[in-house]
Amino acid sequence: MLVNDISVDRIDGDDQSSINAESVTPKHVLDRENRDTVGTVTVADPRITCRNVDVYYGDKHAIHDVSVDLGRNEVLAMIGPSGCGKSTFLRCLNRMNDTIDICRVTGQIELDGQDIYDKSIDVVPLRSQVGMVFQKPNPFPKSIYENVAWGPRVHGLARSKADLNEIVETSLLKAGLWNEVKDRLDKPGTSLSGGQQQRLCIARTIAVSPEVILMDEPCSALDPIATAKIEDLIDELRQQYSIAIVTHSMQQAARVSQRTAYFHMGDLIEVGETAAIFTNPKHPLTEDYITGRFG
Amino acid sequence: MGAETNSTRPRTIDIVNAGMAKRHAAEWRFRLYGKLAIAAAMLFLIFMFSSIIYKGHSAFVQTFIGLDITLNPEKLGLGNHPDKKALAAANYSGLVKSTLRDMFPDVTKRKDKRKLYKIVSTGASYQLADLVKSNPDLIGTQIKIWVPADDEIDMLMKGYIDRDLPESDRRVNDQQIAWIDELASQNRLENRFNVGFFTNGDSRDAELAGILAALSGSFFTLIVTLLLAFPLAVATAIYLEEFAPKNRWTDLIEVNINNLAAVPSIVFGLLGLALFINWFQFPRSAPLVGGLVLTLMTLPTIIISSRAALKMVPNAIRDAALAIGASKIQMIRHHVLPLALPGMLTGTIIGMAQALGESAPLLMIGMVAFIVDVPTSVVDPSTVLPVQIFLWADSPERAFVEKTSGAIMVLLMFLVAMNTIAVIVRKKLERRW
Repeated sequence: MLVNDISVDRIDGDDQSSINAESVTPKHVLDRENRDTVGTVTVADPRITCRNVDVYYGDKHAIHDVSVDLGRNEVLAMIGPSGCGKSTFLRCLNRMNDTIDICRVTGQIELDGQDIYDKSIDVVPLRSQVGMVFQKPNPFPKSIYENVAWGPRVHGLARSKADLNEIVETSLLKAGLWNEVKDRLDKPGTSLSGGQQQRLCIARTIAVSPEVILMDEPCSALDPIATAKIEDLIDELRQQYSIAIVTHSMQQAARVSQRTAYFHMGDLIEVGETAAIFTNPKHPLTEDYITGRFG
Repeated sequence: MGAETNSTRPRTIDIVNAGMAKRHAAEWRFRLYGKLAIAAAMLFLIFMFSSIIYKGHSAFVQTFIGLDITLNPEKLGLGNHPDKKALAAANYSGLVKSTLRDMFPDVTKRKDKRKLYKIVSTGASYQLADLVKSNPDLIGTQIKIWVPADDEIDMLMKGYIDRDLPESDRRVNDQQIAWIDELASQNRLENRFNVGFFTNGDSRDAELAGILAALSGSFFTLIVTLLLAFPLAVATAIYLEEFAPKNRWTDLIEVNINNLAAVPSIVFGLLGLALFINWFQFPRSAPLVGGLVLTLMTLPTIIISSRAALKMVPNAIRDAALAIGASKIQMIRHHVLPLALPGMLTGTIIGMAQALGESAPLLMIGMVAFIVDVPTSVVDPSTVLPVQIFLWADSPERAFVEKTSGAIMVLLMFLVAMNTIAVIVRKKLERRW
C-alpha cells in the first residue's frame, strides 16, 4: 500500500519520459558481471601503465582490477560518484597510499616502464617525478617564496640563489600566479585567496619539474572564476606534463581532458576519448551517470 | 484524517512558548551554578594567597641592631701587623659581647649577661669578622654596624610575641624587652630589607636562614631535568607519532606512558634511590640524581603533550611535503616540528613547573639534607625549594613560620613566571591557519 503511494508520487512528480519505479535500482547497478572495463585502456605512447590494480583498506576491497594508461601530454579525467575509488586510485600513482597503514596495493603500476611498487623503488625519487595537487589547497605556513622554493631545495635542484629565484619565478609564471604575487613573495602563502593558494600549490608541484601531475579534485573548494583559471592552467600544463585529474564535475572533465575514465564502486567501468564518453557512452552505468540519473 | 489531527493538536509554537519559561529557568540555574563554582574557587584562591602573604611578607624584612664597635686590637687579640690567619682567628664574638656590656653597664649578673648577649644574632660576629678581614685598616677605629637581631627579638618587634603575656609564657623576658626598648629609644633598632633571606643558605638560626642554597639546588636540578627530559620526550613523541607502526606493541607502549604519568611521584624517588644511588653509586643529595628522578617523572607529561602537539599538525601539511618528494625526516624537520614546537614547549614548561614544585621523590634520594653552603655544581649536596619549605615548616622556632611562607611566596612566584612564559611562548610561536 505504502509502496504504491510512493511510486504513484514519483510518476506524478517526474517527467513522463522518466523511468518507472523499478529503475531506481536498475539491474546493472547490482550486477557484478557487467563490471568489465569497456573502451580503450591503452594509448600509443604511455607514461604510466596500470594493469590489474587492486587496492584494499584492511578487509575492504576498494579498487577492483583496474587497468588504464596515462599518455604523454594528455589529461586523463577520472569521474564517478562519491566513494567510487577514483581518489584512492590516483593516490596509488605516486604511492601516497603508503602513508595509510592498512592500505595494500596489488597489481602493476609502471612509470616509463619501471614498476613503481618494486621493492627497489624509493618513494622520494618517485614523488619528485609524479607530483600531486590536493583537493583542499594546502600551502605550507611559510612565505610564498618558501612554498615554491622548498621542493627544489630539498632535492638540491638549484645550483645557486639566483638559480633558485629563477625556478621560483618560472614556476609561479607557469602557474599563472607571478603577476599577482611578485611584489609580496615574502608574505605567507596562507594569506592568499583559495584560488591563488591552489595555484601556489600547483607552482610548488611544478617547481621540482615532475613528469606527471596528479590532481585530486583541485577545484572543488574554489569558486567558478578561480576554477576557470585553474582549468586554463591545466590545458597549458598539458604541453609539458602528463596529467591525471580526479573531478566531481562532468563539465570540468569534458572541458579539460582528452580521455576520461569512469569509475563506479571500485570498478573502472569505461575509458575512452572524452568526446566519445560524453556523446556516446558504451556502458549503461556510464550513460546513467553522465545523464544524471545517479551520482 | 490529516485535518482532524491538526485541529485537535495545539500548534507547535504554543507548546514551545509554554515550555520556554522552564527552559530559561534551567539555563539560568546552570549559569548560576557555574558562577557559584567560580566564585568558590576564587574565594579559596584568595584565601590561600592572602594567608600566605599575610604570614610570609614579614620574612622579607628583619630587625637589625646598630652597634658602635671600637675595633680594639687588644680585645680582638691581635698584634700590630696581623696576617690573614690571625685576622680569621680573632675574637670577634668577644668584642661584640663587650660592646653590648658597655652599652648596658648595669648588667652584672652572669645569667643576665648571657640574656643580653642573646639579643643579637650569633651571625653578628661573623659579619664583623668578614668586615674586618676585607678591610684590616679599620682596626683601631670605631665603626657602626647593623647586625641582625636574634630571631626571638625579631618576632617581638614584628608583634608575633605578645608583651602582655606573663613572662613565663614568652620566650623573651621582661629584662630583654627593657633592653630592646632602650635600644629603640636610642634609634638603634631598625626594620630593614632582609637581604640574607636571598643570599644565605639554610641555618639553625632563623634570622640567618636563607633560600639561596635551595634555589641554587632547584636550578641545577631543573637544568638536569630539562636537558634530559626535553630531547628524550620530543624524540619519543616524534618516533611514536610519525614513524612507529600502529600495532599491539605501540599500543602497549602508549598505555604504559599514559599510566606512568599517573604514578605517584614518590615511587619515582624509590626507583631513583634503587637505580641511581644504590646501583650506579651516584652521590647522594646531588642535583644530578634529583634531575634524573624528575626526568623520569616529567617524561610522560612531556611525551603526552608533544604527541598531542604533533597530532594537531594537519595531515594536509604532511601530504604536501611528501607529495613534493620530501623524505619523512625532511617533512618532520621543516614542517611538522616547527608547527608542533609551541605545544611541545608549553608541555615542557608545565612539566618543569611540576618538577620545580616536587618534593616527595627528592626526599627519597637524600635531598632533604640540611644545606648551609650554596651548591655550585650538579654533584654538590643540595636541597630544593619545596624541600626547604618542608624542612622549615617542621622547625619549632616561631620565626621559621614566616620563613616558610616567604619561601612559598618565592616558589609561587617562580611557578607563576614559568606558566606565564608558557603562555607567551605559545602565543608567540603559534601560527594561524
